[in-house]
Amino acid sequence: MGSRIRRETLVKWAPLLVLIVLCAFFAAMEPRFLSTRNFARILIAASPALMVAIGVTFVIIMGSIDLSMEGTVSVCAVAFAFCFLWLGGTLASWAWLALPVAMLVGAALGFINGLVHVKLRIPSFMASLAMGFVGTGLAMVMTGGDRIRIEDELFRSLLTERFLGFPLMVYVAGLFLLVAWFIQTRTTLGRNFYAVGGGEDLAIASGLNVNRVRVLGFTLAGVFFSVGALLAVGRIGIAETATGNNFMFLSITAVVVGGTALWGGLGGVWNTLVGVLIVFVIGNGMVVIGLPGYVQDGVLGILVILAVILSTDRKSISFVK
Amino acid sequence: MYQLNKVDKKFPGVHALKAVDFKIGRGEIVGLVGENGAGKSTLMKVIYGAYQPDGGTITIDGKPVRFQNPRQAMDHGIGMVFQEQSLITNLTVMENIFLGFEKQFVRFGVINWAAMAEAARHQLRKVKLAIDPATVTSKLSFAQRQLVELAKVLTLEERIEGDLVILLDEPTSVLAKEEVELLFSLVRELTSRASFIFVSHRMDEVLELSDRIYVMKDGEVVDVVTHDEANIDAIQHKMVGRDVDKQYYREQKQRPYDQSRSLVRFDRVSLAGKYSEISFDLHPGEVLCLVGTEGSGREAILRTIFGLEKPSTGRVEVKGKPFDRANAQEAVARGVGYVPRERKVEGIVNGMNVYENMTLSQMGNYASNGVLRIAEEKALAEDWIKRLSIKTPDVYKDCGGLSGGNQQKVVLAKWRSGGSDIFLLDHPTRGLDIGAKEDVYDMIREMCDDGAGIVLVADTLEEAIGLSHTILVLKDGEFQKRFDGSPGDKPSLYDLVHHMI
Repeated sequence: MGSRIRRETLVKWAPLLVLIVLCAFFAAMEPRFLSTRNFARILIAASPALMVAIGVTFVIIMGSIDLSMEGTVSVCAVAFAFCFLWLGGTLASWAWLALPVAMLVGAALGFINGLVHVKLRIPSFMASLAMGFVGTGLAMVMTGGDRIRIEDELFRSLLTERFLGFPLMVYVAGLFLLVAWFIQTRTTLGRNFYAVGGGEDLAIASGLNVNRVRVLGFTLAGVFFSVGALLAVGRIGIAETATGNNFMFLSITAVVVGGTALWGGLGGVWNTLVGVLIVFVIGNGMVVIGLPGYVQDGVLGILVILAVILSTDRKSISFVK
Repeated sequence: MYQLNKVDKKFPGVHALKAVDFKIGRGEIVGLVGENGAGKSTLMKVIYGAYQPDGGTITIDGKPVRFQNPRQAMDHGIGMVFQEQSLITNLTVMENIFLGFEKQFVRFGVINWAAMAEAARHQLRKVKLAIDPATVTSKLSFAQRQLVELAKVLTLEERIEGDLVILLDEPTSVLAKEEVELLFSLVRELTSRASFIFVSHRMDEVLELSDRIYVMKDGEVVDVVTHDEANIDAIQHKMVGRDVDKQYYREQKQRPYDQSRSLVRFDRVSLAGKYSEISFDLHPGEVLCLVGTEGSGREAILRTIFGLEKPSTGRVEVKGKPFDRANAQEAVARGVGYVPRERKVEGIVNGMNVYENMTLSQMGNYASNGVLRIAEEKALAEDWIKRLSIKTPDVYKDCGGLSGGNQQKVVLAKWRSGGSDIFLLDHPTRGLDIGAKEDVYDMIREMCDDGAGIVLVADTLEEAIGLSHTILVLKDGEFQKRFDGSPGDKPSLYDLVHHMI
């Protein structure tokens, strides 16, 4: 019993511990790592990925997986850019409507994704992967391969305007993190995610409409992907097909490293925050101490395997497919 | 030649085998009978090496042996023909027959398929099955698969010097009458080479085939009878003979039920392959118990009432309204609560705490526009923790960490607090210790007093008799007989068993 409790405590706090150790390590190697400027740099890079990772966290808690993020982010970014420019090209005009439009596009893509998974009974990883490719293709068709510049100063203030040393987009991400936390802990939908992930048979035997929960989960994920897309555009001022690149590996890695179990039912948005920070601290720290960038991916890969080893009670699982 | 001496096996909370003596001679067919949970399958598993006994010895021809796994048992000539078909259906017949023993056909890392096919044909001839060994197993009928299973075990003949012991676990359950005859004549022929242990709940078949019959009850061998002395009635008495404690099942608290209303009505309802032409009424305050062996259709009836199965014919009414477009949500909305057998799978969500589990089926009552009113949820949980004296440090405790009895109380609290008045209890006391069982019995009486109707599939026959107002006996999906069980006028175990098998 004692060792079991210790193990659970360890699993619960291990990600945070890893994060602190990493920070301490990089700080020891290079004191400049600890500066506000550097932390701001980490958080700016992490904000869009955090949004995408939170979206996929909900889906993973349900025991499914959503791999459509790259396509969804690209489509949302491009749709936002077109809409924004068409409506006037500055937030001070009606162009602010482009923000909710982008979120609706994200929700719609997530909704379709969920329907394909649930109604056609296609495993979620396949359905969402395919939807992701459709999204990437769609974004390409919409832009014809061009980059769309968003030069509105008001919109770019997400990056340029700083408060206490951190740009506005960091606070926006923080706000959506709180919204996600609220959904997770305080709504029936959040509770249903855990029920479906913790025991689907049981959720059915308790009279839950599991299919509805699934579709809503994917829809919600789509909304968070779109927020990630908006922050990504705000960060570099460009919307293009490539806006969505890399989000899949980053977000899934972050969720797993943060301690959310891949088979569902365990974890949450705070885990994901820690996971995202771990991923970006490693990326930033390696640059700061002068290691080549490609070492990063290798280290992250090893970290994912370690995280899964640590969080799995392998004795209770007889087969892994 | 093969002998178990005072073999003992304990599981947490259960003494599954109590000093069991068992022996089988060369060419003998031995039957093994007993109620569900009497210890038959544990005994089988000890024999074929899946379990290691905690005490006692196993000897073959007087030499003690100890098997760490089924493979070692096979090396000593002991093979098992599984009741659950153990063939891998996407492989061919010959691949299944030699699964794990392909090495004999391998030359330089490549399998010689022709040689394997020839060897498989030889095995199939032993069971008189004329099929191409390259057939994919899923194309075979159940009877053919059963014979392939037997052929697979018979490969022991070539591999092992000496005697074979072959276990047949419910081999006839999926077979038609003629197929059973065929299997039996085959088994009799094969006794020239092997001894058989035959487990079945079809008493007449055991009597017909076996030279000797072991009767088990509560983990003990209570009798051994020879073929000539065997008598169905006597064996059935031995299987169940036990004193029932009226106090234990709270019979003094049993009240008559309200005959004027019907909560659930089954009118000649059938579900293809599970049960047929079942009719009954469930009244407020009634405990209706479905009794039968495994596969008699009990669980399927519960699942139908909960909307998880769609009946093929007949009419189901829940609270006077037809139940045509049934699903679990509709059932819950009409006040049906389901306490499934697999508590870990369908009863409580591991990782969710006490109040989250309790409100799982009724979250709508604790939410405004999708936002949960958690304070109310906690108040509800605290109230029920007190009412049912659930042992948990607080409402935040992960339900997976509670004891089985307390988990069951949480499940019952979930449905009761949600206002359910039709309860489907599938083995509600399985795996609970005695104190927890008594708590569950108390709760069942309480729920009846509140006007709820309960459909029960009990863990033991005594429990069924002790708790129920009405007992329906089922056999192979067909209704056999109805018993009334008012206190002091309960049917005996023997009455029930007689109609069950």
